[in-house]
Amino acid sequence: MIHSSLAQLGAALRAKKISSVELTQGYLDRIATLNPQLNAYVTLNPEMSLAQARGADARFAAGTAEPLTGIPIAQKDIFCAKGWLTTCGSKMLHNFVSPYDAHVIEQFNRAGAINLGKTNMDEFAMGSSNETSHYGPVKNPWDTARVPGGSSGGTAAAVAARLCAAATGTDTGGSIRQPAALCGISGLKPTYGVCSRYGMIAFASSLDQAGPMGRSAEDLALMMNVMAGFDERDSTSLQRAREDYTRDLNKPLSGLRIGLPKEFFAEGMGADVAKAVEAAIAEYKKLGATIVDISLPNSRLSVPVYYVLAPAEASSNLSRFDGVRYGYRAPEYSDLADMYEKSRAQGFGAEVKRRIMIGTYVLSHGYYDAYYLQAQKIRRLIAQDFTEAYKQCDVIMGPTSPSTAFKLGEKGDDPVQMYLSDIYTIAVNLAGLPGMSIPCGFGENNMPVGLQIIGNYFDEARMLNVAHQYQLATDWHNRAPHGL
Amino acid sequence: MTWEIVIGLEVHTQLSTNSKIFSGASTAFGAEPNTQADAVSLALPGVLPVLNKGAVERAIKFGLATGAHIAPRSVFARKNYFYPDLPKGYQISQFDLPVVGQGALTVQVEPLSGNAKPYEKTVRITRAHLEEDAGKSLHGDFHGMTGIDLNRAGTPLLEIVSEPDMCSAAEAVAYAKALHTLVRWIGICDGNMQEGSFRCDVNVSVRKPGQPLGTRREIKNLNSFKFMQQAIDYEVQWQIDTIENGGKVQQATVLFNPDTGETRAMRSKEDAHDYRYFPDPDLLPLEIPSEWIERVRGTLPELPQAKQARYVNDLGLSAYDASILTASREIADFFESSVNTLFSQVRSAINLGAAPSAEPYAAKLCANWIIGEVSAQLNRDGKDMSQCPISAQQLGSMLQRIADGTISNSGAKEVFRTMWAEGGTADAIIEAKGLKQVSDSGAIEALVDEIIAANADKVAEYRSGKDKLFGFFVGIAMKASKGKANPAQLNDVLKKKLAG
Repeated sequence: MIHSSLAQLGAALRAKKISSVELTQGYLDRIATLNPQLNAYVTLNPEMSLAQARGADARFAAGTAEPLTGIPIAQKDIFCAKGWLTTCGSKMLHNFVSPYDAHVIEQFNRAGAINLGKTNMDEFAMGSSNETSHYGPVKNPWDTARVPGGSSGGTAAAVAARLCAAATGTDTGGSIRQPAALCGISGLKPTYGVCSRYGMIAFASSLDQAGPMGRSAEDLALMMNVMAGFDERDSTSLQRAREDYTRDLNKPLSGLRIGLPKEFFAEGMGADVAKAVEAAIAEYKKLGATIVDISLPNSRLSVPVYYVLAPAEASSNLSRFDGVRYGYRAPEYSDLADMYEKSRAQGFGAEVKRRIMIGTYVLSHGYYDAYYLQAQKIRRLIAQDFTEAYKQCDVIMGPTSPSTAFKLGEKGDDPVQMYLSDIYTIAVNLAGLPGMSIPCGFGENNMPVGLQIIGNYFDEARMLNVAHQYQLATDWHNRAPHGL
Repeated sequence: MTWEIVIGLEVHTQLSTNSKIFSGASTAFGAEPNTQADAVSLALPGVLPVLNKGAVERAIKFGLATGAHIAPRSVFARKNYFYPDLPKGYQISQFDLPVVGQGALTVQVEPLSGNAKPYEKTVRITRAHLEEDAGKSLHGDFHGMTGIDLNRAGTPLLEIVSEPDMCSAAEAVAYAKALHTLVRWIGICDGNMQEGSFRCDVNVSVRKPGQPLGTRREIKNLNSFKFMQQAIDYEVQWQIDTIENGGKVQQATVLFNPDTGETRAMRSKEDAHDYRYFPDPDLLPLEIPSEWIERVRGTLPELPQAKQARYVNDLGLSAYDASILTASREIADFFESSVNTLFSQVRSAINLGAAPSAEPYAAKLCANWIIGEVSAQLNRDGKDMSQCPISAQQLGSMLQRIADGTISNSGAKEVFRTMWAEGGTADAIIEAKGLKQVSDSGAIEALVDEIIAANADKVAEYRSGKDKLFGFFVGIAMKASKGKANPAQLNDVLKKKLAG
């Protein structure tokens, strides 16, 4: 059962071959065995999960089940879930039990899905290796000496190790796609505004986007049918008619124009990654796609632009963690300023502090024009590059990450090296476009390689089709880590 | 050489919406601490702001009422600083692109000194922008600790910033009062200064004429016009004394202490914050299409200045009367409603002879009574127009009885007093008190004949040229009729009969 797709699980539940309680308990047992090695989950609440499962079984009995009813889904610990510890991977929120549900959580609850547990993540989603979590690093199920990627590393590891049927992630600069690539699973970052950010703890508001992570494009489509949708409580949520993201899955790919940006195939990419990505492109040609060479000239600026804008927003978004109303407060302090200083000094980890400092700097008087404003202008140019490119092609493809999963601690001392692992994903967030990563082979050390597919605005259904057709022709997505 | 005073105001008006500017929490005043603080007011992790349309509409109203440009696209910015009653660690405000651009307000200034005459002054408004209020720190309620009440956090404010156009405390107070009247007039703010719905920060500097602007100090959070005047007077004198004694004014924020009448520095420029303003990425730019502006324009009432002009030009009132009757919308509404009640009667029932037309007569009669008796009684009872115990219709109906000659002015005063204290209609009171005046010409003639007969000596004196005695005859005739004789008729008959 643990290797089943969401569609198969749904069918088994509807046919009453298995109950949701049994399925949920099965995953909980597997988590109990494997999580100590992987550290993918930070919070489990078997009672609440099983209570939901009983509710789901009642829906099957009543005939009111929906496609994801009764299916255990893991939630990244960035989503507020009522009654659940919601820590965002930080000591700052080590004791925060959310009194309300994020929109995305509400949507899963309404659909009858089971919240199986909260997955580990980089602190406040800041990181590319899951090593900044207050709860310790997540291990890559393919090789536990290696990182799973970040910041949705716990989610990626949980999906790869079959510790849940599917899971949610969030992507600010690549945090769904990069860990999906490094763990050999599929992940989709939708167009900015397609999934509500309400109740999703903010890192960089103008870039943050929730999305599904799962074993296949088809699973992602089913997840999207639940997660996406307008929410009046998020002013940046887009008012659009509901879509069925599975509708185009089976369309043939003949005539598809795939743009290959020359900048994505230049220096920096590992030879093993290049080889796997090129083989995937070759497969697409076989499926009837044509290749177009394109250029995204400003994409080389996306990492520096991102590391101005994201910290700027983060420095402000994280001000609310001040020890006054909830979360961590230093046990001893002399006065108000001291309470702020000690609470934040003790509650935040090094990477979060680094970004708060960078963000505070780039917004401060005299530097705003030189950094923040300049970065916003370049951001627009980066988006325009994509608009130009989509005049020539339907989707853009390239590597998701320049290398396969690196070793724990390998880049810990060099934040800039770490930042570069998101070099192919960040431009997509800056432009607000949808992007996804699907497994396309293995590199050195037999670690998974991800193929990135970038679509035009609101083109998720087509992207899922493009990914699904590839997955019908290949079986990379069905490979699971051995020995677990 | 004398000193020149330069004053600019920043006025925070609390907009009269039922819910907060970025959430659905209630804005009602006086609830138990933190009972009106929802997840957004508490800045729980993950919550987001959603703009209240009603707040925007009120800002547009203000802009239209001051002839200002309404920005078709304005932007909300974050003003970042740490304070326990600022739950997000930033205030959502507007910075370089506010919703309301340049406008102006023309005000009547009543000089405070001696016999100077009132004059008009136009104060330019730089901008008005939407923002959220912070919460409140409760010192003293907890031993050694400070409590935080976030009921007020997120209350919508419109901050109205003026140019430094005012040169005296009188001008600043006149402008603040006019603004206070205006925001209540157009219904965007309840104007309750005790509850903090209308608070003023005053920037004051002094300079020698022709010199560049002096260093300013900002007097924070004044919530009474009296305090504003006292604070400005004190601050101006302090700045002049400081400079004349060879000192220098340092830029600072000061507080006014009403008990001592002094201003005191709260923080200097050195601890000025770097607010790190940047556009709030959680809110889209505020787009205001012209149709929306026009829709709001349609809901705007006739403004005080337009009303004043109409009262003078169409109703023939003096500028002074017109300005008093437009001091608040309640007074103007009361006036117009009483005029309408009276006018319908006056036009048909009274033949005013040489009077130009009925409406100015009705207007003047109502104006006199509202500015006179009604205001005096309200003052005496410590009430304002909204608490007036008699209605405009009641007053209008009573004035009808003056216009049609049923009662005299003095009789009317008695009707009015009774009506004020006990209620009831004018006709019922006139009937009950027997105040109907005598307009029967036969009865008046008989009365006059009687008086002439009884005062032969005085009649002789009058006829020999002592005109002043006319008043004496009116007096005793009125007394004899117990005040009920129609004065106009009585005058006519007396004149005729005394002439012999």
